[in-house]
Amino acid sequence: MSAEPLLSGLPHSALDRAEPILRAGNTNCGGCGMSVGLQLLRHAIAGRPVQIVIPASCAIVAPGAFPFSAYGAPVIASTFASAAAMATGLAHAARLNGEATRVICWAGDGGTYDIGMATLSAAAERDEDLLYVCYDNEIYGNTGGQRSSATPRFAATTTTPEGKPVDKKDIIAILAAHRVPYAATLSLAHPEDAVRKFAFALAETGFRFLHLLSPCPTGWKSESADSVELVRLAVRSGLFPVLEVFGGRRTVVNVEPDFSAEALERYLALQGRFRKAPPDTGVLRAAVLARWEELRRKARDPA
Amino acid sequence: MSEELVSGNHAAALAATLAARANRGGRGFGSGVYPITPQTECVELLCRLPIEKGHVVRVESEHSAMAVCMGFSFAGARTFTASSSNGLAYMAENVFSAGLYRLPIVMMAVNRTLGPPWNIWAEHGDTLMLRDAGWIQLYCEDNQEVADTILAAYRLAEDRRILLPALVCQDAFFLSHAMARTSLPEQAAVDAFLPPLDLPHRLLPDVPRTIGGLDWPRENEVHRRELHEALARVEEVYGEVQAAFAKSFGRALADPIVPYRLDDAEIVLVSMGTTAATVRAAVDEARSRGIRAGALRVRLFRPFPERRLAAALAGRKIGVLDRDLCPGLGGILWAELRGVPGISPAQGYVAGLGGGDIRPEHVAGILDDLRARSKATEPVFVEVG
Ligand SMILES: Cc1ncc(C[n+]2csc(CCOP(=O)(O)OP(=O)(O)O)c2C)c(N)n1
Ligand code: SF4
Repeated sequence: MSAEPLLSGLPHSALDRAEPILRAGNTNCGGCGMSVGLQLLRHAIAGRPVQIVIPASCAIVAPGAFPFSAYGAPVIASTFASAAAMATGLAHAARLNGEATRVICWAGDGGTYDIGMATLSAAAERDEDLLYVCYDNEIYGNTGGQRSSATPRFAATTTTPEGKPVDKKDIIAILAAHRVPYAATLSLAHPEDAVRKFAFALAETGFRFLHLLSPCPTGWKSESADSVELVRLAVRSGLFPVLEVFGGRRTVVNVEPDFSAEALERYLALQGRFRKAPPDTGVLRAAVLARWEELRRKARDPA
Repeated sequence: MSEELVSGNHAAALAATLAARANRGGRGFGSGVYPITPQTECVELLCRLPIEKGHVVRVESEHSAMAVCMGFSFAGARTFTASSSNGLAYMAENVFSAGLYRLPIVMMAVNRTLGPPWNIWAEHGDTLMLRDAGWIQLYCEDNQEVADTILAAYRLAEDRRILLPALVCQDAFFLSHAMARTSLPEQAAVDAFLPPLDLPHRLLPDVPRTIGGLDWPRENEVHRRELHEALARVEEVYGEVQAAFAKSFGRALADPIVPYRLDDAEIVLVSMGTTAATVRAAVDEARSRGIRAGALRVRLFRPFPERRLAAALAGRKIGVLDRDLCPGLGGILWAELRGVPGISPAQGYVAGLGGGDIRPEHVAGILDDLRARSKATEPVFVEVG
């Protein structure tokens, strides 16, 4: 039970983990979506023993320098491409020793979509007993904001100064194609849904994947106070679908967007990264709607 | 004790399996494996042998194989993997991590030429490339030594004074695929020789530590120095491991450096791995011609046994035969040996690159060249085809 202030409007419950996962003294920027994600995860972990593997990223810098740690759980740093493999060893050892430890990978989009993709894909194919969480800030935050394959089209980064010319990968479709038991996206603006998914994914066995859109005020050139609002707008506009895919087949949409032009325009306007090459919102909306048609088809008619 | 006709690859897998089972009373055994010629038979056998309280994970790359081993090791399990050549190059980032994390992982490496162009035969450059990774490195001359050294490597690596990973190397095909009679100890003897691993820095569920986060220069320089000091303690602990080995298995574990006909030798040829057997034959032949030749095999490459080498080599004319090349410098063993204080400048010879068969007549030529020399010059390349 905790006496900390409410987070994202989420009431505390008897299930709360006494110790925060992300404690005071961490080095994350104000308004970092990943910080909010870790607090939501804490609510879902409750009393379970966990071990967390974090590849090179902002999240492994967050706990501060040796010997201090702002993480309230055992954490190991893996090399950039190795999170799912190192976690595999921990998870097998827990099983060999009859321990209830839940092993979690907490990785950025670079460690997931790019350099860690082969390792992630292999762990998913082997159906390792892991919860893999990708906090997606759509950028290499730790190295100062270069593009990743999760950077959306039009976004300016230090390596795409004119705006990125191609779309981001559809990571949930990639994981669904691995037929993993559970793959879901979660919204920091919808904490009940997010904690439910964290809790479900922690309790399940086999490979579970969670994707959260993680605003990065530093890289997105946005106000710290707008981070949760930005996620809400991404969800409302349909840019970030909130859904679950069970066994790679059954798709369930959890939050209905309103697909409003207003939400999309505000989402773009609140960030500096879309100023260099402002997208044609009409074209963008059409792309969003086309993607949703595909999603609805999948939800109606599991492959 | 059973005598079996096995390849170097199988000797490694059988020894690793004995060590794995010996940890069944501890936190078990784990491995991540990925195949590469000429190591494949080792990991294939590892996947077939029953290991109670053990899992072998078939991963998608060497990089992940080492990461899986690190995960197991951080959880307190005993670990093993094997690789070679480009596999080691691909794994390198995590090889360094395992050293920096002070994890007592044992890896068998089959020494093979790095490519492209592709060449699957013996060369030592692949493991020597990893010399700065903070691992113990041992080079073997025959299959028996491969099995023995793997068992001994666990005892060394897991010693509280050391806690470092260990690399046990054998030459491609000359050992990896050559069948030889090899004694393998009974499980009970291995159980007594290798008590369950108790890793002091294993991850505990209720201790919220972050391992491997940020390290400022002030802490980092101490961490690095500690790593250096731990590696430097290996030679001293090695002596104890030899005594325990002889007691448990009734057989001697080879020394860190192995001299041959050194007593009155004027010229000495230093080498590693299977080349040493050819060198011994050439030394015998040279002696029959009245030349006071001797040989020295370096088994322990990391830590580099400087004092022993100095004691063995002082006052003699030295040649170093490298089956490896640091382009722009010369042979790597030669380059390292040049730094040993109190010995005369050594002449470097580079031979057997790409797995070329170094025959006694090549070594005889090298000994003649060495004898005729008044000073060491740049490395001599000996083409053996
Ligand atoms: C093998 C390797 N290449 C490059 C780096 C440098 N590097 C560290 S973190 C990082 C980007 C991480 O991006 P992401 O995974 O999106 O996480 P974020 O920093 O945004 O939280 C890079 C390129 C590294 N640590 N290791
Ligand atoms: S750079 Fe972005 S992702 Fe990294 S800590 Fe700051 S806000 Fe968070």
